[in-house]
Amino acid sequence: MNNWVPWIAAAAALIGLPSVYHDPYPLHILVLVLIWSSIYTSWSMMGRFGLVSLGHGGFMGIGAYVTALLWNYLHVSPWIGIPLAMLAAAVAAVLIGYPCFRFRITGHYFALLTLALSAIVLQVITATRDFTGGSLGYTPERYNGGSSIFAVQFIGKETWYLVALGIWGVVLLIRYRVERSMLRYALEAIAEDEDAAAATGVHVTVEKLKITVLSATMTAFAGALYCQYQMFISPDTVSGIGVSLQMVFAAVVGGLYVPLGPTVGAAITILLTETLRISFGTAAVGWDNLVYGTLLVLFIIFLPQGLLGSVLAGLARRPARARWPRGKSYTGKTGGPST
Amino acid sequence: MFGIFDIYLLEALVNGVLLGGVFALLALGLNLVFGVIDVVWICYAELIMLGMYGMYFLYTGYEVPYLLAALISIGGVAVLGVVLHIAVIQPLLGTPPINQLLATGGVLFFLQSAATVMFGIDFRNLGIRLPVLEVADMFISYARLLAFGAALVGMVALYLFLARSYTGAAIRAIAQDRQIMPLMGVDSRRIYIITSAIGGALAGLAACLLVLQYDVQPFVGLTFGPITFLICVLGGLGNMIGGFVAAFLFAEIISVSGLYLDLEWGYVFAFGFFVVLMFFRPQGLLARRS
Repeated sequence: MNNWVPWIAAAAALIGLPSVYHDPYPLHILVLVLIWSSIYTSWSMMGRFGLVSLGHGGFMGIGAYVTALLWNYLHVSPWIGIPLAMLAAAVAAVLIGYPCFRFRITGHYFALLTLALSAIVLQVITATRDFTGGSLGYTPERYNGGSSIFAVQFIGKETWYLVALGIWGVVLLIRYRVERSMLRYALEAIAEDEDAAAATGVHVTVEKLKITVLSATMTAFAGALYCQYQMFISPDTVSGIGVSLQMVFAAVVGGLYVPLGPTVGAAITILLTETLRISFGTAAVGWDNLVYGTLLVLFIIFLPQGLLGSVLAGLARRPARARWPRGKSYTGKTGGPST
Repeated sequence: MFGIFDIYLLEALVNGVLLGGVFALLALGLNLVFGVIDVVWICYAELIMLGMYGMYFLYTGYEVPYLLAALISIGGVAVLGVVLHIAVIQPLLGTPPINQLLATGGVLFFLQSAATVMFGIDFRNLGIRLPVLEVADMFISYARLLAFGAALVGMVALYLFLARSYTGAAIRAIAQDRQIMPLMGVDSRRIYIITSAIGGALAGLAACLLVLQYDVQPFVGLTFGPITFLICVLGGLGNMIGGFVAAFLFAEIISVSGLYLDLEWGYVFAFGFFVVLMFFRPQGLLARRS
């Protein structure tokens, strides 16, 4: 039971933070880190099993735009709109996932097929500019001065921090549950060898569809909340190949195979962007992505387990003196040394 | 009114064929690299973007004649292709192909922002205004006609190179079996580098032609990058003839729906067609049956 103490303390510290700390800018950064962490973690739940999707930009776009459009045109509260958006993302996931899994499309072929989904969502948003504002972006209407539980709009950064923290916690919990389910073993077997897994009675298509739909709906959920928080979305910030690659980048840099890896990746990317923006102002336009791109290439070549993954693996290799929970190996197929 | 010989429909069909030539050229380099090295260059369209910048600066900045500037740009992008292969792909050849794809995704970010940092986000163009031809009451863009012609020449040249030359035979052999050919005395590293150079040169050729129709800006790759990947996947990755067929199919869909609706809806329909077709032929139109 001793293992739980630091976790409970950390959770209490995170929850208690806004009641003692009120500086809006750091809280804003924290909210962004938490929301993007949720998205990156959702992506990594698939990517971790070798299902590298570049379609998650599409799922996030569906989540954000369906919620916002339903609210503005039909006045459907996000409490109903977000589940509908998640349903739409699930349908899209089945549409793109089923043929891929049924016909054994894996690896980079799968990545390119899912890339089509991102491209389609981006194109549809741009083509329907009479409704969605096209590439100029879209803003959900404010309700009751921007503070309403009915419209899921809050003014205080403290409230948003707690909401984002809650979402992030739920996402991590879902990932934790998946890690301890039969689904995980089935998917690991599939990632190793599809035919062998099928021969031992794993229904390859169904298991892959399960994780895809789960990952897609969670991404849409977090995408919708990103829209509610920012109150502005544009096709380039919530959909398309750029956002999809950004998810890959953060997850890979933080560590795909460890639960908190994508969170570390989100913190690194957002802090990097903000630091560059504050220190260099508009002169820094483009520099953040320049650094991301270089880092992504370097990490894939030299540190495929990511930062947190490598640190944890290094700690786990030490003798038992370093009191770290042992007996768990996170090394996946593409992971580092597995001796 | 919308009979088969409707002049506007005919014009759209002809323009579709011309657009198809450009698409086919775009898909060609990517398919070649995929077929031989088994790598997807996600940053392929960004190589084209750099080639377009090369054309812009050579032509307007240094006042190099168009054809010479085109040759320099093609050579430059070919060198970029080789650099990309040696710096990024070669260290990852032993890992799963998805890692190589993601690494070139990093290169995509890198090139886009490098262009933003170096050249700014202004839209630039060569300032060449090519005439619009009027053939039998149809208006046909001269730039597209030129692109179509050059694309055909490029494809025939590549075909002859692959079919007739000794190196071409080695490239085809490597594409068929990556494990056995090194045992037969083919230096696969050299072949990969040559292939990357040709892939880059094809991107450079596409750049010289596209710069006549599009303004250059750091994100111009996003306008034709996704469609190029879809064409390659629809045709069957690595299958050049499939890519050719798919390019013309896509171009006709875009062109004809652009006639009745909007050009953007043309793209939406083309993508929708892609998804529907994936249900029936997920391995591509002309999948190799193994």
